[in-house]
Amino acid sequence: MRIESHPILEFKRGNALKFIFDGQEMVGYEGETIAAALHANGVKILSHSLKEGRPRGFYCAIGNCSSCLMKVNGTPNVRVCTEPLKDGMVVETQHGKGVIK
Amino acid sequence: MIKTDVAIIGGGPAGLSAAIAAADMGAHVTLVDRNQELGGQLLKQTHMFFGSREEYASTRGFDIANILKEELKKRNVDVLLNTTVVGYYKDDGVWGMEHGEDKFVKLKAKKTVVATGAMERHLLFPNNDLPGIYGAGAVQTLMNQYGVVPGKRVLMVGAGNIGLIVSYQLLQAGVEVAAIIDAAPTIGGYLVHASKVRRQGVPIMTSYTVKKAYGNGVLEGATIVKVDNRFQPIPGTEMDMDIDTMCIAVGLNPLVELLWQAGCEMRYIPQLGGHVPVKDENYETTVEGIYVAGDAAEIEEATSAMVEGRIAGLNAAYTMGFDNGHYCDEREKAIKRLQDLRSGPVGVKISNGLLKLAEEAV
Ligand SMILES: Cc1cc2nc3c(=O)[nH]c(=O)nc-3n(C[C@H](O)[C@H](O)[C@H](O)COP(=O)(O)OP(=O)(O)OC[C@H]3O[C@@H](n4cnc5c(N)ncnc54)[C@H](O)[C@@H]3O)c2cc1C
Repeated sequence: MRIESHPILEFKRGNALKFIFDGQEMVGYEGETIAAALHANGVKILSHSLKEGRPRGFYCAIGNCSSCLMKVNGTPNVRVCTEPLKDGMVVETQHGKGVIK
Repeated sequence: MIKTDVAIIGGGPAGLSAAIAAADMGAHVTLVDRNQELGGQLLKQTHMFFGSREEYASTRGFDIANILKEELKKRNVDVLLNTTVVGYYKDDGVWGMEHGEDKFVKLKAKKTVVATGAMERHLLFPNNDLPGIYGAGAVQTLMNQYGVVPGKRVLMVGAGNIGLIVSYQLLQAGVEVAAIIDAAPTIGGYLVHASKVRRQGVPIMTSYTVKKAYGNGVLEGATIVKVDNRFQPIPGTEMDMDIDTMCIAVGLNPLVELLWQAGCEMRYIPQLGGHVPVKDENYETTVEGIYVAGDAAEIEEATSAMVEGRIAGLNAAYTMGFDNGHYCDEREKAIKRLQDLRSGPVGVKISNGLLKLAEEAV
């Protein structure tokens, strides 16, 4: 959910951008991270633990804890909590460790 | 390969101040940050800062970031954003960096200031990995930088300043805060911050901890329990909380991976936040030419981070032969500032920690 009015902050959102999450079209804004855009669209589960497959969301949001790794435009292990959203991005849930091309 | 006199890793208050100081001395400075924007923790701080006027107290955090960024712009400093320093080649003195998500760049610097800040700790309890359980700082980023709320109803774990401040900011963003709990018997943060949330009807429950979290795929609730004076759960005092978000605000650990890798001597000092590098008065670590400043040196405040950055930046440049004629004055002034900042009652813990670090370093 996005904050529409705030006593101190004014959110100057950039242009609306379309992106695809696991085959579903979503809208985010220029200047925000992939994780922020996903969260605003109600997506909290970003990855799964390697052994048990337990769902994981982000934890640190500063690119440190690696619980938000996803596949973006085919590249695995992207830290979506810091990676900026771009128009037309294809964001996918990653299964396993990912393969380096 | 990029070459520079002084590399600064991290562009929070410590790194920005270090860059400004080193550039003033006449050194060529390259400032690297993995974020899209400089400012570090300051970017998401909407409250008026405590601290001293000289370090911009009573100014909102993000405004302090803007002041420092403006100062930086007046100097000729190279800035690399969206660039994470991922490793150090000890033999060549070269930093390896990832630019974006797939470009590798090398940086060779004669001196380096590591100002990487800190990361939020986690707590141990069943299902602590459910999506919806976030670091308090992470929620602040989501909310204050991107304007997205984390959920509808939050349990804040930790009644230190960060827990109290982020709770207030959640209320400002229109999110309900079910309670603030803390395992300690007293509130750790400043009373002004505690009163602000209490006035809005948020209960602060001391001597409580999380027993477990639950939910199907995402967080749907948590059980909290009262603890005795030895922090042991008291059976029969469990309470269920209907929440979709939990914020963990139980302290920070310095981000020191790069310092470990560079071979800096480290010590475990709880008062300073965990493993921290041994350093001298000039904020140089035990590896010659590698300096440290801010939360990476010890968990403290933005005010002291700025002064430490200044000291590290001045010395990094000076030891290479740069001096604009004010080195001695500036260094002395900064060291005196740090002592003053730590002289009050709030500085006791840090001072004790630093004393312990000095003792253990010998
Ligand atoms: C909720 C909250 C409230 C606070 N309130 C106050 C207050 O009122 N007054 C006060 O004085 N202090 C306050 N603080 C503390 C203050 O924000 C910190 O002490 C201060 O920001 C530390 O500065 P720093 O430069 O060391 O680290 P940070 O501000 O954390 O900056 C570190 C920078 O390093 C970058 N980085 C990290 N690793 C790498 C890497 N490997 N490669 C490249 N870049 C990297 C990060 O992106 C970041 O920009 C508060 C903190 C919080 C969380």
